Amino acid sequence: MSALPPDRAADAALLAIRDLHVTYRTPTGMLNAVDGVNVDLAPGEFLGVVGESGSGKTQLLLAMLGLNAPGARLTGSIRFRGQELVGAGERTLRTLRGARIAMIFQDPMTALNPYLTIGTQLTEGLRHHQGASRAAARRRALELLDAVHIPEPERRFAQHPHELSGGMRQRIVIAMALICEPDVLLADEPTTALDVTVQAQILALLRELRSRTRAAIVLVTHDLGVIAEVADRVLVMYAGRVVEQADVHRLFSDARHPYTEGLRRSIVPLTGPLPARLPSIGGNPPNPAALPPGCAFAPRCGYAFERCRATPPPLEPVAVGHASACYYDGPLGRPP
Amino acid sequence: MSATPPAAPALDVSGLSVRFAVGGKRWLQAVDNVSFKIERGETLGVVGESGSGKSTIARALLRLVPATAGAARFRGIDLLALQGPALRDMREHLQIIFQDPLASLDPRMSVAEIIEEPLREFRPGIGRAARRDQVLAMLGRVGLLPSHLQRYPHEFSGGQAQRIGIARALMLQPELLVCDEPISALDVSIKSQIANLLKDLQVEFGLSVLFIAHDLAAVRFSCDRILVLYLGRVMEIASRTALFESPRHPYTRALLESVPVADPVLARARRSAPLSVDVPSPMSPPSGCVFRTRCAFAVPLCAEAVPSLRPVGGSLVACHRAEELAGVTVGG
Repeated sequence: MSALPPDRAADAALLAIRDLHVTYRTPTGMLNAVDGVNVDLAPGEFLGVVGESGSGKTQLLLAMLGLNAPGARLTGSIRFRGQELVGAGERTLRTLRGARIAMIFQDPMTALNPYLTIGTQLTEGLRHHQGASRAAARRRALELLDAVHIPEPERRFAQHPHELSGGMRQRIVIAMALICEPDVLLADEPTTALDVTVQAQILALLRELRSRTRAAIVLVTHDLGVIAEVADRVLVMYAGRVVEQADVHRLFSDARHPYTEGLRRSIVPLTGPLPARLPSIGGNPPNPAALPPGCAFAPRCGYAFERCRATPPPLEPVAVGHASACYYDGPLGRPP
Repeated sequence: MSATPPAAPALDVSGLSVRFAVGGKRWLQAVDNVSFKIERGETLGVVGESGSGKSTIARALLRLVPATAGAARFRGIDLLALQGPALRDMREHLQIIFQDPLASLDPRMSVAEIIEEPLREFRPGIGRAARRDQVLAMLGRVGLLPSHLQRYPHEFSGGQAQRIGIARALMLQPELLVCDEPISALDVSIKSQIANLLKDLQVEFGLSVLFIAHDLAAVRFSCDRILVLYLGRVMEIASRTALFESPRHPYTRALLESVPVADPVLARARRSAPLSVDVPSPMSPPSGCVFRTRCAFAVPLCAEAVPSLRPVGGSLVACHRAEELAGVTVGG
């Protein structure tokens, strides 16, 4: 890896990502799935990452585990407790994966092995990473099933995934991710496949775990409602880049990027005035393999001008703890 | 919607039940004695969690699964009793839009072929030139370009593919459109485009719509009235205003309270205890009111008697305690 200048923030953070690029070679050229992203994650922090398909949000999470698809080229730096993960060997990554950095996937059914009992799957990590005895692993697994509010843990321990409801399966997956007490919990759309009632349970559970375990959580979602419920800080991604970054309260009260504002405006409220037409962002999500030369959002942006179409705007501070990648600095709300 | 007083509802479903055999001897009651009407030009939303039976209602009406009991009057006849050619002819007036637009389009057909197919099938008398004109007009109406005609479904994004599905469904100017989660698989920024388009077309074509969704915000925007389903039974039927402003059934309230609020201040302030218990198996639903095992207001009566769907304050509600709970707030 190229030598980086001394970086105090990166040394202090639990996880520090610097100028991360995840690139794939495709028949039509290079595809920048993640394009120069910086993130600092503090212990106990709940970071929300918002983005749509093609935003690079899942690739960013996978990079933290070294799990991008074969052929992915990673450059930049991902430091976990000072240890460099970009370019690290499979053996190093394997000791971290599941143990120090764990992941919850969107679809609990694909994350669970249908042939193995819940108990076997839950205790696998402990036995593998910590060499725990069967009895100790079982005790710990039952504790965790209880912690994620699974009724009758003893019975569930012996059951197979298909015998449980979707919400219960996702709680098992969360218990699995937590069993080695990771420092970082990555969650990729953990509630998207679930009913709203189950989603509310899972979000409450994640909030509870964060305050109890001090694990940092990175939750990726397309749903700003979910972000508002759980995140402390938010990254908004578009076409592989962070376009806005702010404290959750600022993001909702003072969004500066037209894309963030567009997402916020397209939410239908459950009470109060109902618009006859929904404000919407025109056009289609970007094709990461064919991005325009300037700002990737410019073709869909009501505020775009000449400069936006020429050079991509850098992510620059607009206030303390708030940054936006946009040349337009007038008021948002009504595109000129 | 239209000025002429409707003579009869567009669709009148009464006593619809669907059950599936499971493992030979046991039965799963997916839909249990469901009745509702859709007036002409009206959009009726059906909401409920997975397993509530909402998609099964749509499939039964489209005759994709057999109904066990009930009737569905549409254009003066019972949809559920139609056979053979009469059933085929009925499809001209009854179309569907699916959740996954790409999976619902034949990958080997060009957009032109997909959109033309209903015309070829049901209006064989139309000449090639007239057919082409109709296709182009519809294409423009759903926001696609003539240059898209020779392309294939995989070349389109989800939002564009859904536009193709909408064009195909509307080609024959159907009376009733069934939308099964039409926007839930789309990207956030695309959902509102398609929701707006569907609403415009609904007005323009005078469509009666059965709108199935789990996304309550989408339902609030798109539907005039809403039916709330739980374990195959109707919990509440109410106008949009009544349902969102004064929900009567404890299940409706719980559903509404589960939706994340896109406002960090409000979201953190309200944090009521989420609905805690898992949905009972539809193979062995609870006695009495099926919702009672998750209901914060259940009393012994709820286990003994099935509550009937009855008028409460302008809505239809299946809850023994609907009146006394009217002013009570949930959670805390």
